[in-house]
Amino acid sequence: MAAGQELTPTSYIGHHLSFNAQAVGSGDFWTLHVDTLLTAVFLGVVSIGFLWSVVRGATSGVPGRTQAFVELLFEFVDEQVKGIFHHGDRHAFIAPAALTVFVWVTLMNAMDFLPIDWLSGVLFENLLHVHAWRPVPTADVNTTFALALSVLLLMIFFHVRVKGIGGWIHELFCAPFGSNPLLWPANLLFNFVEYVSKPLSHSLRLFGNMYAGEIIFLLLWLWAATGLVGTVFAAVLGLGWAIFHILIVLLQAYIFMMLTIVYFTMGYEHH
Amino acid sequence: MNINLTLFAQAVAFALFIWFTVKFVWPPMLRAIEQRQKTIADGLAAAEQGKRALESSAKRADVEIAGARDRASEIVSQAEKRATQMIEEAKTSAKAEGEREKIAAKAEIQQEVSKAREALREQVASLAVAGAEKILRREVDAKAHADLLNGIKQQL
Repeated sequence: MAAGQELTPTSYIGHHLSFNAQAVGSGDFWTLHVDTLLTAVFLGVVSIGFLWSVVRGATSGVPGRTQAFVELLFEFVDEQVKGIFHHGDRHAFIAPAALTVFVWVTLMNAMDFLPIDWLSGVLFENLLHVHAWRPVPTADVNTTFALALSVLLLMIFFHVRVKGIGGWIHELFCAPFGSNPLLWPANLLFNFVEYVSKPLSHSLRLFGNMYAGEIIFLLLWLWAATGLVGTVFAAVLGLGWAIFHILIVLLQAYIFMMLTIVYFTMGYEHH
Repeated sequence: MNINLTLFAQAVAFALFIWFTVKFVWPPMLRAIEQRQKTIADGLAAAEQGKRALESSAKRADVEIAGARDRASEIVSQAEKRATQMIEEAKTSAKAEGEREKIAAKAEIQQEVSKAREALREQVASLAVAGAEKILRREVDAKAHADLLNGIKQQL
């Protein structure tokens, strides 16, 4: 905990929910959450690098255990994409992008399992003298919005590539209700709402789940301040929540990947 | 909720990770898996072909065996026929031989009988002559009555 600060539940939780924000310019916008960014990049490099190192030496004969694991993951993602995307070669972009999303988001979510007081308290605060460090990148709206907006932009890009810019604008005004000029405002409004709600629901679902998970862990760890009994109690409840959280971590990553695939596919569809 | 530059930094990181996966992770994995699928499919096809070849050769073997069996039974029946024929022939020739032997034996017997009769006749004749000689020793001149004696001998 920050030196000299009185330890109250509010300060404990508030401390663990503050980002390591570094200003890179004037104004609130020009700030970088160093913890979010470094953790996310580190996890991405480790996971994608692991996949790369395995597939580089991949054999088409009898696979070893590691390769079998990677192939399982590969087949799992490919199977999902195959079931949704029927508009061309999925191997060119959609399937590998879905794999990236799934692996990366899973690992970022899984940072929740690390004991936060050891990680940000002992390691960063006391050993590295970094005063704030949030370990879960997906509990930062910047991460989830970055992913969801990237997906939205790619979806619009596919739209334009498939139908041309004219076709895309035509659909903005003429779908889904019809091409009668009287319906143009309704169509435009509808499409606008769709384009806004897609990234919002996509990103906030993941963010909300991971943020809530983090908060519940923090609330449980507050028990530890009440003494030995409270500590044991917190440990038991924390274990229970962590086990349940495994489901949430994987499920949210899966949902995020599925929505990514669905949105990409929508970019290829004609109305 | 504080949206800031982190969003763009994360988007850039996301784009780089996707690019890396698209370029370096997915294709080799896909290649390995497709290669293996092809190997397995080829193996299955080869197994199927082998099974078919086995079936057809088994069928051919059956046909060959049936033909061989037919030929064998034909050969056996021919041999049996030939055997009976040979036995018949042997019987016939044996019978003919026996007939011939019988005839020869009969002829020989006939000859022996006539020879014995001849000898007997001669002996009787000589006995008769001896008897007659004894009776007529003194009265009959052997030389004078030789023609007579010979005539008697001829009649006996």
